[in-house]
Amino acid sequence: MNAFWREYAENKVALAAALIVLIIVSAALSAPWIAPQDPYDLAGLNLMDARRPPGFVGSNGYPHLLGTDAQGRDLFSAILYGLRISLQMGVAAGLVALSIGALLGILAAQAGGWIETAIMRVVDLQLSFPAILLALVLVAVLGQGKSQLVIALVAAQYAYFARTAYGAASAERRKDYVEAAAATPLGTLHIVFRHILPNVLPPLIVVATVQVANAISLEATLSFLGLGLPPTEPSLGMLIANGFQYMMSGRYWISVYPGLALIVLIVGINLVGDQLRDQTNPRLRR
Amino acid sequence: MLGFVIQRLLQAALVMVAMSALVFAGVYAIGNPIDVLISPDATQDIRAEAIRRLGLDLPLWQQYLAFLGRLLRGDFGTSFVFGMPVLDLILSRLPATLELALAAVLIGTLVGVPLGVYAGYRPDSPVARAIMAVSVLGFSVPTFWVGLILILTFAVNLDWLPAGDRGPTVEVFGIGWSFLTLEGLSFLLLPALNLSLFKLAMMIRLSRAGTREAMLTDTVKFARAAGLKDRTILRRHVLRLISIPIVTVFGLELGSTLAFAVVTETIFSWPGVGKLIIDSITSLDRPVMVAYLVLVAFLFVTINLVVDLSYALLDPRLRRHGAAA
Repeated sequence: MNAFWREYAENKVALAAALIVLIIVSAALSAPWIAPQDPYDLAGLNLMDARRPPGFVGSNGYPHLLGTDAQGRDLFSAILYGLRISLQMGVAAGLVALSIGALLGILAAQAGGWIETAIMRVVDLQLSFPAILLALVLVAVLGQGKSQLVIALVAAQYAYFARTAYGAASAERRKDYVEAAAATPLGTLHIVFRHILPNVLPPLIVVATVQVANAISLEATLSFLGLGLPPTEPSLGMLIANGFQYMMSGRYWISVYPGLALIVLIVGINLVGDQLRDQTNPRLRR
Repeated sequence: MLGFVIQRLLQAALVMVAMSALVFAGVYAIGNPIDVLISPDATQDIRAEAIRRLGLDLPLWQQYLAFLGRLLRGDFGTSFVFGMPVLDLILSRLPATLELALAAVLIGTLVGVPLGVYAGYRPDSPVARAIMAVSVLGFSVPTFWVGLILILTFAVNLDWLPAGDRGPTVEVFGIGWSFLTLEGLSFLLLPALNLSLFKLAMMIRLSRAGTREAMLTDTVKFARAAGLKDRTILRRHVLRLISIPIVTVFGLELGSTLAFAVVTETIFSWPGVGKLIIDSITSLDRPVMVAYLVLVAFLFVTINLVVDLSYALLDPRLRRHGAAA
């Protein structure tokens, strides 16, 4: 583990990315304590403060670092709370998709025969189908809401995990020690959980980091299109959408700052994921 | 080979049946089908008449078969919002989306391939690193955000290009096209650029990897030994070596670009199929949703089938093993 971390730290870009992601995540987690304003508390909003540029000192007496939105909300606070929702959705969708994908992939590799053909055919078909369309369709059919959105994101993403788990599990199954274990009276479940699963997990975790970023991006896109979360759950995508109409009149900050937060987060997670992938890829090992 | 073709055709048909069942279950069976098929403004008499005519009093499996029958005849019903047959509506919007998607893929290829070839030719130069950074950004930054920044920069701040809509079109064969006039092009440029970014990133990666491999081949070594200039080698030999995967991806990406146009069209109010589907989802125009879903599923199943079959044509091993897999 120590050696792994040291190798990771050698890549300065990846190290900086990990730090930035860490800072953003902890800022989002501690939003109720560090945000100057509770953006959900309608009583604390003043329309006199609406659409003010960054640095404006509002009626509450403190400067709005990133300006205010159309309701007079402090944008910095709204972004912190929006990050919470975006992260929550991304991590929830990533974890559920990881579990379902791993289960299906290992099942396909272990069962073989028509089960393998059926599962992998569906997975391959889905991989060729754009994730955003699938999510769009499901949101349209299921309606708006947090759990509906997670279902849509999971459906759009589990196939990546299933493919990875399948590849790793079928490689693992052919190894001698698994064959040896299979020759003993150990049950299939024991072999799967004690021997195959631990070896399938590392590549899955690498996929998961990138997929969490993708889920956050997908959620933001859906929310931007007005099909994601209901207006009571303003994620970053919705903040950006709300600011879009004011952009034409030059009030850029309502859209631009939530978007910057979103992009720094996504690019950061992707850079971390890239480094993890390079480090766990045996082909790149000397 | 014939067995393989029949097997893949059957699989494709099976997938289409499964998709149509899902769409049927999702849109017709979960919601109240009467709300789906009859406009809420209809009177009681019209409703009762329509329920009988559409067979909504029949058992579910008979309804599904009737639904399938209508699909096969291309009858997707009538849009609530536009009051015209859905198929005509979608076909009337298709040229705008096709034009946008084609422009985006062309930009992505014409810009991305030279950049990628250079990045593969001099992988350690600062320019190559900058190119790769662009490609990382192109992959990870959401399309809608890039669209916003393009509008903010070129339409609001610089005021060079229009912020949205399609502008004037020129009629050729009864269909309006934007790219034939300068003004039309000015409307096309920003959305096409926005949509092309993801393709650009992909083309850069693809041609960079291809070039790095091609530079190590004997072809390039001999060409160098023969005293050809690097420029000539890149243009004559490397480009030809990497062209096959690029053409494949070009074809495949055209399909997914049609689908991704949903986001770009919404931001730039581009009157294509993607904007139509978003509008119909928000206005609950269900016949349009159903038709779009079925047509997109059909598009992707067809693309997959063509890819599978052409790979089998190129690689005899797949033909023999295909029957088992």
